[in-house]
Amino acid sequence: MNMINLLLFPIIIPFFFAMILLFFKEQVVVQRVLTLIGLALSLVASFWLIATVKTEGIQTVTLGSWPAPFGITMVSDMFSAMLVTTTIIITFFVVIYSFSSIGVERERFFYYPAILFMITGINGAFTTGDIFNMFVFFEVLLIASYLLIVLGGEKRQLRESIKYILVNVISSAIFVITVAYLYSIVGTLNMADISVKIAEINQPGIISVIAILFLIVFGIKGAIFPLYFWLPNSYAAPPIPVLALFGALLTKVGVYAITRTYTLFFVHDIGFTHQFLMVLSLLTIIAGCIGALAYFDVKQIIIYNIIIAVGVILFGVAQMNTSGLEGAVYYLIHDMLIKGALFVLIGIIIYVTGTSNLRQMGGLIKTHGTLGWMYLIAAFGLAGIPPLSGFIGKVLITKGAFEADHVIGSIIILASSLVVLLSVIRIFIYAFWGSQKNDLPVRDPRTYRQMMFPAVMLVLISVAYGVGTEWLMPYMTDAANVLADPSIYINAVLKE
Amino acid sequence: MEFILAILIGILFTAAVYLILSRSLLKVILGTGLLSHGAHLLILTMGGLGGSAPPVLIDGVTDFADPLPQALILTAIVISFGVTAVMLVMAYRMYAVHQTDNMNELRGNDEHD
Repeated sequence: MNMINLLLFPIIIPFFFAMILLFFKEQVVVQRVLTLIGLALSLVASFWLIATVKTEGIQTVTLGSWPAPFGITMVSDMFSAMLVTTTIIITFFVVIYSFSSIGVERERFFYYPAILFMITGINGAFTTGDIFNMFVFFEVLLIASYLLIVLGGEKRQLRESIKYILVNVISSAIFVITVAYLYSIVGTLNMADISVKIAEINQPGIISVIAILFLIVFGIKGAIFPLYFWLPNSYAAPPIPVLALFGALLTKVGVYAITRTYTLFFVHDIGFTHQFLMVLSLLTIIAGCIGALAYFDVKQIIIYNIIIAVGVILFGVAQMNTSGLEGAVYYLIHDMLIKGALFVLIGIIIYVTGTSNLRQMGGLIKTHGTLGWMYLIAAFGLAGIPPLSGFIGKVLITKGAFEADHVIGSIIILASSLVVLLSVIRIFIYAFWGSQKNDLPVRDPRTYRQMMFPAVMLVLISVAYGVGTEWLMPYMTDAANVLADPSIYINAVLKE
Repeated sequence: MEFILAILIGILFTAAVYLILSRSLLKVILGTGLLSHGAHLLILTMGGLGGSAPPVLIDGVTDFADPLPQALILTAIVISFGVTAVMLVMAYRMYAVHQTDNMNELRGNDEHD
């Protein structure tokens, strides 16, 4: 069987199922089953893709069979294949969590098709090898996210989503402007070809300006300092399953795009571009830490932890050496998994207690032991206590920073781990220790058990990801090698 | 010709920024429309406006217009059209629920709900 189109399957299968779902608006059960089938098939395809990339190297397909720099190329290296797989895993479990928490009303108004369309856009953005095509996939995922954030039409959702759309429309306009500038200088849109052309002209000053413009565009989407201002309020508006998807996936697309452009295009003036990225990433971490400690609202605490993680990953990228990049890849996937798990868990905490305010919680460990221990494991994983999943990523990032002589940065990273630990343990102490402040609202134990299943699964996957580091390392090394050496990527795309 | 277009794009961006910074939501949406118009014209200008022949393969023609910016601009126009439609619908719903289109009154966080 000719499998050159394999890397398109994780994009096309969710798209196909999303279209079919549009015909079953009222049949909620059919929608649920079809969504799970679609995601399971995509998951199989993406695992197959990882195996193929591992054995045969980078997979590329140029749509319409035009030769490489002219047609739109889709490229799947180990980095993007692993991100695609992680995206589908998280969506799969968040969809299961939605069954018992999102409510039939939302399910009947195209909730599942919107999720699948968003996955189409996310996986497309991870896979594409064409900078304008990346803009198109960004728009696909953004338009689906506009629907998800406003779905339900609560007063607060409407207020916050209009701001969310506005910010993203402006950043998309800047994206188009930046691509236009880049095109006027290099005269190509294929990412591998852009990299070659920039190397030929040896990155003049105008390319560095474009690098900063890209940082602004993707920084707005990926929430780096000082462009994260829109994120905390917007993300707190939609219901928890949507928040879990946004928090685990959407900002990571921005982070991926920064990583890709800063390791493939702008590698000739590291002293300026990557220094700039590093300073911003450290400021992002500090701003996130302040936010994470400032709030008594569980949602806000975890939302600010997204911002901290974005800073940590980009700090790893800014080192531009193998250890730093390997750590960034490792930490990126860890953060997607653990954020998915944490958002689902605090969703259950909010469901059980009926409030998101820490001051009104207490004593849950007596009534909901499993929830408490799962949360504790996830919290330790987030802070990076060995052997859980956050540990090895941070070790590698710090190692990379020491190799690149960025000692102060490493110290900030390590200190931020303590703040992260403090911020999430505060939830544990307030919600699970002490005595019950208010009577818990009456909840159906069956719904609670249904909600716990995806949470436990996500926590277990993140634990396996941490414990199985040794086994995963070859894959991470493959991903980091492509990032560290652009010529591997270029040769794979422009081979003919 | 590029120079005149560059000035036009500058004027569009200026007007867009002015409108986006205003309080009324409708003006803000019109501002995003102008912003995307400016961005689309910029794509066309950045591709270079030269070329005496259409970009169709005919033997012997070497000086043809660049077809790629035209393809890009078409895609971008369709996308910004769709997004503007979504925005207008949501702005209307928000106006219906909140009874205001003044962005100053749409601040607020958890404490003010």
